[in-house]
This record gives sequence, C-alpha cells and structure tokens, in this order.
Amino acid sequence: MGPISSTVPRLYGAKGWAALGAAALVLFLVFPLLNLVVPAASPFHVSAYWVTLIGKIMCYAIVALAMDLIWGYAGILSLGHGLFFALGGYAFGMYLMRQIGADGQYRANMPDFMVFLDWKEFPWQWWNSDQFWWCALLVVLVPGLLAFVFGYFAFRSRVKGVYFSIITQALTYAAMLLFFRNATGFGGNNGFTDFKRILGIPITTPEARMALFAITAAMLIGTLLLGRFIVTSKFGRVLAAIRDAEQRVMFCGYNTVHYKLFVWTLSAVLCGIAGALYVPQVGIINPSEMSPANSIEIAIWVAVGGRGTLTGAIVGAGIVNGAKSYLTQAFPEIWLYFLGLLFILVTLFLPQGIVGLARRWTRTG
Amino acid sequence: MHRVLRVLLFALGLAARPAVAIDPGLVERLAFGESNEKVDAVGVLVASGDERAPSFLQALADGAVQTAGRRVLIVTGDEGFDAVTGEKIRPLPGDREDVVVNNRLRREIDSALGALRLVSPDRGTRLKAAKALEDRADASLLPLVRKALARESDLAIKPLLELIAAAMELASGDRAARLAAVRTLGRSGNPNTKTLLLSLLAKKDGIDPEIRAAAEASLRAVEGRLVWGERLGLAFAGVSLGSILLLAALGLAITYGLMGVINMAHGELIMVGAYTTYVVQNLFRAHAPGAFDAYLACAVPAAFFASALVGMALERSVIRWLYGRPLETLLATWGISLALIQAVRTIFGAANVQVENPVWMSGGVEVLANVVLPWSRIVIVFFASAVLAGMWLLLTRTRLGLFVRGVTQNRAMASCVGVPTARVDTLAFGLGSGVAGLAGCALSQIGNVGPDLGQAYIVDSFMVVVLGGVGQLAGTVYAAFGLGFANKLLESWQGAVLAKIAVLVFIIVFIQRRPQGMFALKGRALES
Repeated sequence: MGPISSTVPRLYGAKGWAALGAAALVLFLVFPLLNLVVPAASPFHVSAYWVTLIGKIMCYAIVALAMDLIWGYAGILSLGHGLFFALGGYAFGMYLMRQIGADGQYRANMPDFMVFLDWKEFPWQWWNSDQFWWCALLVVLVPGLLAFVFGYFAFRSRVKGVYFSIITQALTYAAMLLFFRNATGFGGNNGFTDFKRILGIPITTPEARMALFAITAAMLIGTLLLGRFIVTSKFGRVLAAIRDAEQRVMFCGYNTVHYKLFVWTLSAVLCGIAGALYVPQVGIINPSEMSPANSIEIAIWVAVGGRGTLTGAIVGAGIVNGAKSYLTQAFPEIWLYFLGLLFILVTLFLPQGIVGLARRWTRTG
Repeated sequence: MHRVLRVLLFALGLAARPAVAIDPGLVERLAFGESNEKVDAVGVLVASGDERAPSFLQALADGAVQTAGRRVLIVTGDEGFDAVTGEKIRPLPGDREDVVVNNRLRREIDSALGALRLVSPDRGTRLKAAKALEDRADASLLPLVRKALARESDLAIKPLLELIAAAMELASGDRAARLAAVRTLGRSGNPNTKTLLLSLLAKKDGIDPEIRAAAEASLRAVEGRLVWGERLGLAFAGVSLGSILLLAALGLAITYGLMGVINMAHGELIMVGAYTTYVVQNLFRAHAPGAFDAYLACAVPAAFFASALVGMALERSVIRWLYGRPLETLLATWGISLALIQAVRTIFGAANVQVENPVWMSGGVEVLANVVLPWSRIVIVFFASAVLAGMWLLLTRTRLGLFVRGVTQNRAMASCVGVPTARVDTLAFGLGSGVAGLAGCALSQIGNVGPDLGQAYIVDSFMVVVLGGVGQLAGTVYAAFGLGFANKLLESWQGAVLAKIAVLVFIIVFIQRRPQGMFALKGRALES
C-alpha cells in the first residue's frame, strides 16, 4: 500500500508509470497502425478478429477491475456482476437498435423483433432511446440505481458473506428469466443484434472498430487509475479494514454501510459502462449474459490474477478469456474441464493469484 | 386392450356360440363395400345389438377377415370360419384376399368396440368404457348407449351413462329431449361438458330460450364443480413441487445448513443420482427385462451410494482444505460442478437421456373429472416424506447423528471428547450428497435427465435452505412447501416465468428483513 501521508496520492512509482505508458503506446499507436496502415498481406497486419478479441477482453478487464474493487478490497463477493454488465449493454443496445432505422429485415422503422411481435409502437422502456445522450445516461443510471437500491437494503440489514453472494445470484437469475420473456420488450431470447451504425457511422468499418477499441482502452486505463486512486486513498484503507475486520471498524465509529454502498455502486456503474462498450464491438447482447454461470466466471478472472491487486484483475481477465477463446475453438470439450480445474486449483493453491505469486518470487529471488 | 377384449368375449361366451347368425347383408357390405359403406355398416352393426358383432369387429380390426369369392371368412392361423354361419371351413380355399381396413375405418371400429364394452358383465370394464366415451362422444352410438343405460344398475356407471347420453342427445332435433339433456348435463363435472355447453350457448340462431336458460344454469353448476377441481389440482401441484424442492434441498440442508459448506456442486450430485438411475435402468433392460418394473428398488440405493461416494471424494480432496473460507469453497465447488457437467457430457453425450417410468408409476388417479393426479408425482411426495423421516431419525436417533450435531455445534469440544471430527465431516458430507442422489433418482422419473439437470435446481435449493434458516430441518420443510405453494399459486395467476421471478424477488426482500431465515437459532452474537 502506498503512503497515506501525501495529500496527492502517488498512484504508481516510476516503473509503474513507465509500464502504463508503454501499454498506452501499444494500445493507442502500435495497434491502430498495424491494423489500419499496414496492408493486410503483411505478416505484421493485425486482423479485425484480433481487434475485436482484444477489445472484448479489455471490456472484461474493466469488469474484472470493478469486481476486484468490491471483492478484493471490500471483501464482498458479488455473483451478480453479469447483470450490471448486461444492463449497460442493453441500455446502449437500445440506441444501436434504433440506429438500424429502416434497414432491418422488415424494412420497418422499428427493431425486427417488434415487427415480428406485431407491436405498433415502442413500449415505455424505449422512450427517447433514439437519443445517444439518453442511452449513455441509462448505461450509467440503470446499473447504478439498481445497485444502489439493492446494496442499500442489503448492507443496511448487514447481509454479508455467502448470503450476499447467493442473493446477488438470485437477482441476476431472476433478471435473466425476466429478459427471456418477449413481453419485457428487449427481444426475448435473441436479444439485440445486427447493428448497422453508431452515431450515423457504419459500425463494421475498420475505422469505427478501431475508434471503439481506443475508447475501450482509454476506459480501461481510466478505470485502473481510478481504482488505484481509490485503494491508495484513506477511503481505500477503510475499505480494506472493513474487509478484514468489519466489526472493529464499526466500533471505531465508521458507518460501514456508506463505504460499502459507494464502492458497490461504483463497481456496478463500471460494469455497465464495460457492457455498453462490449455490445457494439461484439455485435450481440442477449439474456444469457445474465446467467449465474457468467457472473461467477468474473470472480475466477479476479481470483486467477490475484484479488486485492488491480493489475491482477486485468491479467486474470486476459489470461482466462484468452484461454477461453482459444480452447473453445480448438478443443471445445476441454474448456469446461480447464475452467473447472482453474477454479479448484486457484482457490486451493494460489490464494494470491498469479500477481501474488510473481510478487513472492521477486521478493525471494 | 385386445387381451381384455378377448377375455371379455370369452366370458360372454360369444366365441363359443357360432350358431347365431349375423346379418349376411351387413357382413357383405363390410367385406366388399366402399369405404363409406363400410363405416355405415359398422354403425348399423353396433346399433343392432347383435351378439356376434364384437367378435366380428375385432376380427376385422385384427386383419383376420378374408374373402374367398363371395364368401367371407374369419381366419386365425390355419383355421377358418364362415363369418355369416359360423361353420368351420376345411380345407381353407387358396384364393383368399384380405379385407382392407383403412385408418378411418379402424378408428370407427375402435370406437364401436369401446362402446360395445358398455354392456360387458365386468363392472370395471364398463366403467372404463364409459369414461372413454365421456371424452369423445359420437352421436351415432346413441342407440347403444341407451341400450346400455337400460341395463345398467351400478350407481357409479349409470349417472355417467346418463351424462353421455345427454351429451349425444344435445345434437338431436327433439326439443323436449334436448331440454332434458341440457338439464342432465348440469350434473356433470367434466371440462368437456363445459365446452359443449359453451358451444351450445355460442350458437346465435334457432336456440330455444328455455333451452338457453337451462343451459346457462347447467353451465354455472358445472363451472362451480370445475373450480373445486382446479383448486384441488393446484393444491396438489403445490404439494408436488414442494416435495421436489424438499428433496433437492434436503441434502443441502446437511452440507450447507449443518456443516456450513457452500456446495455449488450440489446440483451436479443430483445429476449424478439421475444418471445412476439411468444406468441401472439400462442394466435391467439388458440383463433382466422381466424385472424391469422393479429397477427402481435397485436404483434408489445405487443413486444414494454413487452420489455419496462422489461427495465423499470431493470432501476428502478439495472441500476439506477450505473449511472456514466460505467464498473460496463456493468458487472451488463451482469448478467441481463444471468438471462434473463436462464429464457427464463426455460419457453420456450432451443430449438428454431417456429414463422410463416403471409401469406401476405411469398413469394416475382420477379424483374428479378434471383432476388426475399422476402416480409418479404421488410416489415422489411419499418418497420425499420417507427421505425426510429417515434423515430426521438418522440425525436424532443414531450415534452418527449425535456426532454430526456435536461437531457442528462445537468442533473443538467434540474433538476433545474423542469424536473423530474429520471422519464425521466426511460421513456427513457423504450423507448430504447421498440424499442429493436420491433427489436425482426421483427427479429422473418426472423430468428430463441431462447434463444441465443440476443447474436448474441449484438456485432453488439454496433459496429453500436460506429461506428456511440455516441449521434447521423443520425450516427447510416449511420453506420448501411454502415456496412450492407460492410458486404454483402465482403460476396459475401470472404464468410460470413471472411466478418464478416473483418468488426470487420475494426471497431477496425477505433475506433483507430476516437475514437468518424464517427459523433462526436464537443467539445474541453480532455475527454468527
């Protein structure tokens, strides 16, 4: 932990800033150049597949950072973070659906699924959804409000530990069932897909793709710095104290509900933003994003990387999702064994995750 | 069905009385006529009340009727009889042709044969025939039903026949008869009667006001009766769902409720039990097809031990190292569940497998005309009660139960007085897992068995245990049945998905109010 005496928290040391700068250089300069400028025939060309994959993993990394803030630093394991991610995705997906305009299969000025269901006008949830600013607001507001209300009641009645995990799981499960219904107004099983453009720009052009990639990278770096700022501040120290001995913190006169509620809501908002960035890049959002299995997978990203270390969250999200996209294509039968073993081995033998392991090595060796 | 009929025919002595002649004209039409002619002839034959009609129709349905020139024969094996005179024909003529029975004719014959059973001397057969007719009354059978009604004296069958006759007479032109029929129908409790009356009332033109009034009165009476049936059905559905939830959650009540292990692989232990049942079923089918109906007697203990073994292996290898770290246990057991799901996919394939009910579990008990309780569900209700009773006895009356309770209440003290705590942990976990296996065996009888079976029950089981209050068997029982009833009530009102969502939201809210569940062990600690 950094020194708490300095009023302007020094987020990283010189090495840390240099590493971050190098990462930013790769993401903002090398990657776009290799994708857009280097011709496709060249061995150095980065294909659209890789841009989408890395962009997707960066979205997951934001989610992992959000998860690490709440689990690694406040000791609250949420099994419902997939819900906030999906809600952000759906909120932005509404805008993308409206941007399709009359280019859908039915040539109607409505999303295809509404034509299919024979709806004549937009349901109330879709109010103002053709406005970019409104949907961007929803991306933040919907997960934020839901998390705030849910967290307020849960933390106030001191629901914690496994109980909290289980009811967050029930929450995302209930939401998944709700979104599977056609009557909910979000496309039922199929969700949203077939996006055409964003802010009037065709979404599949390399430039648009790269722009989304850059925004996601900026968001990831921003989230990392914000997280670093929080955990090195006094607020972060109190959070860690709550994680380690909540009762003592309470008896010291802190209202732990406020601390937990703030970081919980912030975490949900970050997930929502990640979801909003994920949908235009991957091109689909459907209720299976809310399945309990997806949410619990987020926890394993953090556990693999090392909880309580922000870089660990990013590393974990990268490794697990990289392995996933490789294994599910190359050896689809192996993937679940791999993931299952990862859960077991990491919890049994790597309580500090990969980053913790690396730190131990550098310290001893 | 055919066997029943043969026995019946034999009992009637019809087969032994070939001397009574059947109308030769009808036989000829049935054998040589066009399709329409044949159908008409069946109707006439049945209405005639000819005692030889059933055996001839049965022969026709069995494809035993052949023609040789203008002669009509009934041929069974090497023997042949003349269909009209009944005399034995020897030797059989060589140029015989089968009488073609198409699907339409076959349906007619089946329904006619069913109606003919109305006059059987066996009460059970008559009742069955009457019930079958209740569901698909065909106006052409009216004369036969009348004839049966005149003969009938049984108090259970006679009203049924009256209703059937009334339903048939509704279509007849006679005003007085229709009015009487409508009034009779008011005594019915069958949903078909409601449909019948509604369709009568829906006719705009030419309906007599008096008949309309009578029909409305009858409809109200029928609906009143149906409502009771629906309530009863709902109550049973609630009990049934409750017992399923109870079975799924009982094992968890031990592993989570008593031992505090968050076992996310609980659903997969249920799945292991279901697949064990499937394997036992296949073994019986392959090696002892005669004893197939008894395979469950073998599958129940097999499912218990298979799941218990898997559970004990997990406890020894993984869970043991994570006691006191619930969140880590949660993640590790989730990993186990993923590996188990994939293992089952690898061994048995990703598709659902077929587990067949034994004969004695198929079918159901008809309590009211619109309420049929399936045997499989009834058996599961009793099975759940038996498992509950067994577990209660085990926990309160045996040495192992004493040790389990001792270890969960105060591990250090139990260890000091010589309880082998590590072994008790393994055994207790094995017991909880075994009960999950029993749940899987039961679930295989009413639902699909597939690799995702466990995933469907894991959230529900946790909800039951958490709602009931950790460490309480009684709480688990109340919670299971409470959730079962609430789910079914809401389902009848708002549909299955919304009901499920409402129940989940209710639990979430409930946990906020009472984090310890319905029945909490009282204590004064800030944290337990």
